[in-house]
Amino acid sequence: MLWDALIAPFAEFGFLRRALVGCLALCLSAPPLGVFLMLRRMSLTGDVLAHGILPGVALGFVLAGLWMPALALGGLAAGLLVALGSGALARATGGREDAALAGLYLTALAAGVTLISWRGSAVELTQLLFGSVLGVDDAALLLMGGAASATLVFLAIAWRPLILECFDPSFAKAVGVRGSVWHLGLLALVVVNLVAAFQAVGSLMAVGLMMLPAIAARHWAREVGGMVLVAVGIALAATLIGLLASYHMDLPSGPAIVLAAAAAWMASLALGPVDGLLSRYRPGRHLEG
Amino acid sequence: MTPPEILVSNLTVAHGRRPAVHHLSFTLKPGGLMAVVGPNGAGKSSLLRAMAGLHAPTEGRIEGIAPGQVALLPQQAMLDRSFPLTCRDAVLFGLWGESGAFRATPRPERIEAALDAVGLHGFARRPVGSLSAGQFQRVLFARLLLQDAPIILLDEPFNALDARTAADLLGVVRRWHGEGRSILAVLHDLELVRREFPETLLLAREGIACGPTEKVLSAENRLRARMMSEAWHDHAEACARDAA
Repeated sequence: MLWDALIAPFAEFGFLRRALVGCLALCLSAPPLGVFLMLRRMSLTGDVLAHGILPGVALGFVLAGLWMPALALGGLAAGLLVALGSGALARATGGREDAALAGLYLTALAAGVTLISWRGSAVELTQLLFGSVLGVDDAALLLMGGAASATLVFLAIAWRPLILECFDPSFAKAVGVRGSVWHLGLLALVVVNLVAAFQAVGSLMAVGLMMLPAIAARHWAREVGGMVLVAVGIALAATLIGLLASYHMDLPSGPAIVLAAAAAWMASLALGPVDGLLSRYRPGRHLEG
Repeated sequence: MTPPEILVSNLTVAHGRRPAVHHLSFTLKPGGLMAVVGPNGAGKSSLLRAMAGLHAPTEGRIEGIAPGQVALLPQQAMLDRSFPLTCRDAVLFGLWGESGAFRATPRPERIEAALDAVGLHGFARRPVGSLSAGQFQRVLFARLLLQDAPIILLDEPFNALDARTAADLLGVVRRWHGEGRSILAVLHDLELVRREFPETLLLAREGIACGPTEKVLSAENRLRARMMSEAWHDHAEACARDAA
């Protein structure tokens, strides 16, 4: 019974196994990036970048159909363009970066959907936006593993500079930390992770696996390291639950995984010891000192 | 620990084209203890940031500050105080010159010692988000202690602190002075300046006066400083003063 529910789907179906392995790999890399975005008060930037890759993916689709390398390259190019462009645009025109980001991502989403609708069917549109485990072929799996590995290497190198740059940018600059370099590296890897994830969970849903575990983890830990561990744990559990639910109940995989992560977030919001609602309204007796 | 003489000559620091510091020249002797006094918007923070290498001067020169020889205490408003970091880790950044991005920290017991020295015994594992403004300022002083720089720049080090905390941190400044470090501190409390700082720079975008504190803080000079800082021209012309 338990075997049928939990193990059999993965034992029987190769595509589901590939999706599981690929998503688990991204669970190690995307949530830590989400934690850093959150700490930089850029929680919505991931969302913007996820929309930003869409016209690139769509262009790849128009030119080459559902062929993985074209989709990934297109998404990567468009995402990097939005990530770098929004900052540059804001600086050049004296506007606020959030305004530039909002303009870019609305444009990107509309352009992407228009392009895909123009040449594709509704099924393909749904697949590109919300993902399909059937889409995870060997090339996609390699991309997911590669993105996760590259991210982990980057985080190992950039860990201290990123934290210092978030906490006290002036001090970082004074001791010679090149904050903008690490910041751009972070944004680039956010794009790479979103592109890697979109086959399995869709371009709009990929960001859910990045941000929801991160903002949930905030309620469980008071240090960056602890937050990252909790976020990764939540993402792993959400992926497993989401994929199984998607298989058993015939749901699209992306929203299923994101909903599982969202459940973890809501539980954290309510029960988490750090700024959770329960600790706020039922604080317990005050301490001795 | 004898830093070289710091020579600031004809320094202009601008935000966009507006000068925050305008054609300023002064000297800080090795081991000097100097207060920077002036009205809000006088360019005090901009001066310190330029001296710390955070803001490139538009014009003029700052001599005698080698890279890595200077430590800056920023105003607290510049920092993210809610960041999830323990006091220990926040102070640890003072050893960045030794640890950098990857290396282990030699002699980590120095961190505890620095926390003890600023009166934060046992605070190592506390998150900085849980600290009061005064305790947070002590953490920043502990970081400065570890930076161990011969030149120390303090931007409003005693603002909004209770008497006890201010006195403790002033003790740290005195200790630095005794060790022969050069110290430049932005301050608003003129009583404190008269009592503790032998030299003062009175700033109002331009240097009004620099030298022995009592002479610099004359009523006449302070009035001049106030008049200068209130002069803001909507349609200021490009500055024609000789760049030399």
